[in-house]
Amino acid sequence: MKAVTKAYRPISWPMKGAGGDTGTWRTHRPVVDIQKCTKCQICWIYCPEAVIDREESIVDYRYCKGCGVCAAECPTGAISMVKEE
Amino acid sequence: MTTSIKQLPDIEQVLSGNGACGGCPATMGLRVVGKALGSNAIMLLTPSCAVASMGMTPKLGYNWPCINICFASAGSSASGITHAVEIMQEKGRLQGELPTVFTWTGDGGTYDIGFQALSAAAERNDNIIHFCYNNEAYSNTGVQRSGATPRGCFTTTTPTGKRQPKKNLALLMLEHNIPYVATANVAYPGDLYDKVVKAKNTPGTKYIEILAPCYLGWQFDMSETVQMSRAAVRCGAWLLWEAENGKINFNNPSARIISGKKAAEPVDEYLMNQGRFNRLLKGPDATQRIAEIQGDIDREIAFMRERAKITV
Repeated sequence: MKAVTKAYRPISWPMKGAGGDTGTWRTHRPVVDIQKCTKCQICWIYCPEAVIDREESIVDYRYCKGCGVCAAECPTGAISMVKEE
Repeated sequence: MTTSIKQLPDIEQVLSGNGACGGCPATMGLRVVGKALGSNAIMLLTPSCAVASMGMTPKLGYNWPCINICFASAGSSASGITHAVEIMQEKGRLQGELPTVFTWTGDGGTYDIGFQALSAAAERNDNIIHFCYNNEAYSNTGVQRSGATPRGCFTTTTPTGKRQPKKNLALLMLEHNIPYVATANVAYPGDLYDKVVKAKNTPGTKYIEILAPCYLGWQFDMSETVQMSRAAVRCGAWLLWEAENGKINFNNPSARIISGKKAAEPVDEYLMNQGRFNRLLKGPDATQRIAEIQGDIDREIAFMRERAKITV
């Protein structure tokens, strides 16, 4: 009998990108102005997608869906939403 | 003292690239819940957006063992699993700390369809945490009316506005005499984190309800998710409280509204920013409709203020 490999078992495993490369859904990308950033971490906690780095405020554009919550919540206005080309 | 954002742990249980909409309040809340619960937990999901957000086999968007169960059985399935885990530990088949068993359901799986199983689990006082992320409609299936939908609200099944007020399920769960009941909000992550940690360390049935403004169902711009949930608290449409062993404590900013230190903001602006209300507030009866909604909110605030005084 043919052995069933892990890939064919109907079990899911936790990994990034379960919905595909969700960055392709984006119409506007958040751009962080590091000069204005005070490292308050508000964008990090409110990001529904967990794509913003806690310490450096770097956005992972591969998975960022471009919802704009970070830009709306940033107290110093360091994040702006730029239209995707 | 609530935990500040900088004190929250690094652990991430919701993985990037899941199937949720951009700006989804459910994943926003679940991230904070994950920070509080840690990785040693078992998650149960009834049909909801949270199941659709998990992504496609063989990948999973949440970093927990997840079990998808039928709509009506959130309470009973969680009871079964928590008993099984306890017996496995008794027989020596499970070492170390017991995993936290929790359900992550929407308002349909809590208020309407899932209520009898949840009520039975609460009556048995089984060791589970029931989370309800409340977006005040059946948003996953295209925004139908639920028991959590407030009065005067547009849904596809109430095109002229819902005629009945919503029910206060957190209070209903409190009347089951369970050890911990709390309401939270995605705009106050530190408050939510503290409540989940408290629930994790309390044996028995715990119920936590999280307001999750769904931008599709509520019809506002997706970047305003957090602002909208903050506005709900400020105008008193959503009250933040927790009850340990039946004693209700309000949390700020709701505590200031209840104690009368700060008046709740008028509901007008909150309503006008949401398409689900303002599309019905254009006719000549708009003032009367707003007064009805404001009346529901005022009644709820007055009732909860008096209810909190009962500590027996």
